[in-house]
Amino acid sequence: MSSHEYTPKSKFGKWFNDRLPLLTLANHLTDYPTPKNLNYWWTFGGILTFCLITQIITGIVLGMHYIAHADLAFASVEHIMRDVNYGWLIRYVHANGASMFFLAVYIHIFRALYYGSYKSPREMIWIIGMLIYFLMMATAFLGYVLPWGQMSFWGATVITNLFSAIPLIGESITNWLWGGYSVDNPTLTRFFSLHYLFPFLILGLVILHIWALHVPGNNNPIGIDLKKPSKDTVPFHPYIVIKDLFALLIFLLVFAFFVFYSPNILGHSDNYIEANPLVTPAHIVPEWYLLPFYAILRSVPDKLLGVIAMFAAIFVLVILPWLDTSKVRSALFRPIYKQFYWFLVADVLILGYMGAMPAEGTYLLIARVATAYYFIHFLIILPMLGKKEKTLEVPLSLTEPVLGGSASTAMARDDLKLKSLG
Amino acid sequence: MSDSEKKKPNRRDFILTATTAAGAVGVGAAVWPLIDQMNPDASVKALASTEVDISSVQPGQSITVLWRGKPVFIKRRTKEEIDSARNVNLKDLKHPEKDEDRAKNPEWLVTLGICTHLGCVPLTNKGDYEGGWFCPCHGSHYDTSGRIRSGPAPTNLEVPEYKFVDSNTIKIG
Repeated sequence: MSSHEYTPKSKFGKWFNDRLPLLTLANHLTDYPTPKNLNYWWTFGGILTFCLITQIITGIVLGMHYIAHADLAFASVEHIMRDVNYGWLIRYVHANGASMFFLAVYIHIFRALYYGSYKSPREMIWIIGMLIYFLMMATAFLGYVLPWGQMSFWGATVITNLFSAIPLIGESITNWLWGGYSVDNPTLTRFFSLHYLFPFLILGLVILHIWALHVPGNNNPIGIDLKKPSKDTVPFHPYIVIKDLFALLIFLLVFAFFVFYSPNILGHSDNYIEANPLVTPAHIVPEWYLLPFYAILRSVPDKLLGVIAMFAAIFVLVILPWLDTSKVRSALFRPIYKQFYWFLVADVLILGYMGAMPAEGTYLLIARVATAYYFIHFLIILPMLGKKEKTLEVPLSLTEPVLGGSASTAMARDDLKLKSLG
Repeated sequence: MSDSEKKKPNRRDFILTATTAAGAVGVGAAVWPLIDQMNPDASVKALASTEVDISSVQPGQSITVLWRGKPVFIKRRTKEEIDSARNVNLKDLKHPEKDEDRAKNPEWLVTLGICTHLGCVPLTNKGDYEGGWFCPCHGSHYDTSGRIRSGPAPTNLEVPEYKFVDSNTIKIG
């Protein structure tokens, strides 16, 4: 937070700002001191904001042409694709935009895991982020149902049936969710309503996410606390704004490739068959970004425990700031954690692959091992590692690695040691 | 304020408690319609029963009809299928139910065509059990009485309420 008082230059600006301090907010956002060593993994916050806005704009436009009715939904989507001006483009941007949104959010989350961005004092940022992630998954699921194809219908059936695993009240809950005795028109209309609502909840949470971020300021690749503003920081505008925009441009290249050259590669061809409650597709798979959780669900042989394991997989992420006991944030100074980090990345990728394969034989065995390792990583390795690991020496400031060994930093170090000895 | 004064509720405490309680009841009464509107409505409930003509179903054949938006299997079982269903040791079953309790008229088996795992439609005459069902989603096998024999499904295929209106018609629901 900038400490200096801001006064608008113009008379009108001053009059306005005294009544509604929007200019003070704008000034805070442009001057916001940012660590000068942020790398390109830090540009995904901006990219994600872009993704959310894109989804909201294309979604509002699609909502002008889409009809939420079991008899008409499938045809209305084809109407968008064939008749509506640029409808094909808007729908493909929206459908692939969801995948791009998740691609970016996974990079964003794994960046936080590598550099320990979830640790004190940034727990609230992390927890709000996980809420956003959870709402994103819910929104994506609801949206996938709307075209009312075979995958839409059966995906909705399988996911809503997860709630039937709850003892005693499970069936009442599923009937309540469906508005009937199976997935049908009442289900579709409420899913459309909620699919329209959730992005705005996400938008609200994003504002809280950024607010919570601006209290302690950004973490950075070194993972140390910085004095703000200082020689270690640069103003958000223009330095970070330009860097974020450049990263966004590269990201848009990937985005455009999918939209214009392989718009259906991330979807499933069965969803171009209209929903039929009498025929289940031979192989039901969710969208790629939900596959790791789907693999966890299927790797547990018991229905209720499978559902619990799947939700637990998300919940362990929420309580991560308290599971990771290490005081050192960045993996750069945690040689052992760094290795386990890459094991986890591999584990999640394996889970994703197994989620797409049939749940039998070797696939099932590998999925079970990967599920077990996922929980072992968070519940056993991380709590123990923080206590046992011998971490590398962390620099005192961002300039120290460059000026390393100079008299002033050595003195500062001694000073700190004396202080800590009390 | 002394301790004795603190414990003694006065008129303000009474009004506060009463107001909060009345408020909570009011909020609950206002929220309930918003929740209950999502439950199955009158038009959905009105379709709660359906009559099926079974005169053309041959022994060994199975038909699928829609009831409450769900598939229902009506299977006319052969002599061998009935015998194999009745000669199972109940100890071998994950969800022990006698075939006699599931099919009142042994020739006709009526079950929901919904896998009790996550709601897919099982395939008829597929799987490890002759004349049974197999769910392709997550690999549950059902026998010729619709009972779960292997796979992740926790219970047998559900038998809906039904009755024979006459020898050619079944009323489900």
